[in-house]
Amino acid sequence: MTILVVVEHDRGVLADASREALTAGRHLATTTATPLDALTIGAAADAMVAELGRFGVSTVHQAHHDVLADYGPEAWGAVVAAAVEQLSASVVVAAGTDRGNEVMAWAAARLDVPFAANCTVTTPGEEDEKMAVTRVRWGGSLLEEATLTGAVRLLTMAHHAVDAAPAEEPGRATAVSMTVELDDSVSHSIVRGRVERVAGVTLATAPVVVGGGRGVGSADGFAPLEELAGLLGGVVGCSRAVTNNGWRNHTDQVGQTGTRIAPTVYLACGISGAIQHWVGAMAAKNIVAINIDPEANMVSKAGYAVIGDLHAVVPAIATEIRRRRGT
Amino acid sequence: MRILVCVKRVPAPGARINLTADAQAIDTAHLGFTTSPHEECAVEAAVQLVEGHGGEATVLTLGPVEAEEQLRYAVSVGMTAAVLLPIDGADWDPQRTAAAITEVVRRLEAADGPFDLILFGNESADAGNFQVGIRVAHALGRPMVNGAKGIAISEGAVHVRREADAGQETYELPLPAAVGVKEGINLPRYPTMKGRLASKRVEVERMEPDAETGGLRMVRLQRPAERASTTVILGRGPDAAPAVVDLLDELGVLA
Ligand SMILES: Cc1cc2nc3c(=O)[nH]c(=O)nc-3n(C[C@H](O)[C@H](O)[C@H](O)COP(=O)(O)OP(=O)(O)OC[C@H]3O[C@@H](n4cnc5c(N)ncnc54)[C@H](O)[C@@H]3O)c2cc1C
Repeated sequence: MTILVVVEHDRGVLADASREALTAGRHLATTTATPLDALTIGAAADAMVAELGRFGVSTVHQAHHDVLADYGPEAWGAVVAAAVEQLSASVVVAAGTDRGNEVMAWAAARLDVPFAANCTVTTPGEEDEKMAVTRVRWGGSLLEEATLTGAVRLLTMAHHAVDAAPAEEPGRATAVSMTVELDDSVSHSIVRGRVERVAGVTLATAPVVVGGGRGVGSADGFAPLEELAGLLGGVVGCSRAVTNNGWRNHTDQVGQTGTRIAPTVYLACGISGAIQHWVGAMAAKNIVAINIDPEANMVSKAGYAVIGDLHAVVPAIATEIRRRRGT
Repeated sequence: MRILVCVKRVPAPGARINLTADAQAIDTAHLGFTTSPHEECAVEAAVQLVEGHGGEATVLTLGPVEAEEQLRYAVSVGMTAAVLLPIDGADWDPQRTAAAITEVVRRLEAADGPFDLILFGNESADAGNFQVGIRVAHALGRPMVNGAKGIAISEGAVHVRREADAGQETYELPLPAAVGVKEGINLPRYPTMKGRLASKRVEVERMEPDAETGGLRMVRLQRPAERASTTVILGRGPDAAPAVVDLLDELGVLA
């Protein structure tokens, strides 16, 4: 029996969420007294051995193939499936990211084995081929307790479900090269081109987000929110009601099917606080709700609130900031 | 060209999700239902592709008979045919769902010819299993990428654009292929009067699904612990501005 962690990286840069998957994999390995192995895909990841050792990995299997120079979901899935067979892995863990989930789905499809996406808790079962998991539904608004049964069990860990922590007694990992046979078809879905992100504040990383909902009333109604965000070095976000109305681009949407934000302050203006919006906003350290309805869900969930018309409140806040700055 | 879009009917809860007493399902007594948002956009993408390239677009769902509502809605916005795989009671697990859809796609293709493109949502809004589309694509031997925020067809290939941490990635898959779509790829249209009439008239084809249970079994649902909160009311109306700015200052975001 082996516990295998699939290491996610982008052309050699380790994904943060992978450290969480390694931590979760190590917990499982420790409780079942099983060695922890890791799989890195493509030669660009060969330099990660020391870092993986720090996380308690004993053996790093380094898959090499010409096709693996850049990311491809099918190719990576095929490598994971091949590794499971070569190493007789019983549990495979990856990060619950876009890539982690699709790679594991491809591996599960190839092996015809079950896969549980975005787990928060994993417990080795009493029985051999059965384990208990808790996994995320509705983007985090609901949890599901489930059993995962099969000789091979695949799972991903929901981002932030465990804190990444190196092993208490960091070991030294051994690297082993792994040759994989890949059929030509997997090369159909390799990245063909990319446009690198330009540096700057994004919705996901902004320290301040000024969010607007249906209460803003129109696309033009966002101008005062833009101004306030500008004064605070932040960005504007919005609810799905806003994107559905075509008032703002979907790239501004906060929530389950939009972006998850984690600013120091989220000013939620004219947003009712539906659960699908809330799961995208709940990682904000402080929330100020501005709403005419004192009963709105966003008001009761926020740490702070102003009860009133956002069209009067938001410009007043901007004016007060400018007054204090003397601008 | 021939396009198939697989969608899922999901409840549309608002401020909170309530569970049934046995915690086996969401209490939907007072809820409406909708098409899972990513799939709503997959439907729109299919309709746009057919508008641009000609052909037909079929919408398919595996779900309760009530899911006919979502199939007819898809027809009202431009899909040309609808197929229901009716199941009783609880959701099927993702392996079983994928196997059943695969088998029905084979039957549909044997009857009317292959689909050039099969679209899915990136993940369903409720279960979020992130795998049904990929399992179907694999079983049918078609390439697939998920997370599409842009889709175009030219010269026998589908060109897909998607967002990644480092920026935008592009893929080029030879047809026939499958693509998982994410919300934001387009802004779904509303039904027209003509569409509404078509949705009333369309014959929803029923095909009995048949597949074996997979290895992921739900035991019960659970509401996550809620962060206990008391709300500090900073004031009413524009007079609250100084208190808000004091707070922003205190939190260190004013400088
Ligand atoms: C599967 C699924 C996924 C979803 N994903 C997302 C998602 O990712 N993100 C998301 O946001 N939503 C999502 N939704 C939609 C969500 O359920 C809500 O419909 C949506 O968030 C509501 O947006 P809102 O708060 O702007 O609008 P409403 O719910 O209409 O609320 C408007 C609020 O504005 C207040 N208001 C009105 N006028 C004023 C004024 N002048 N001044 C101050 N306050 C005012 C009202 O009191 C009210 O609280 C999803 C839904 C489903 C079913």
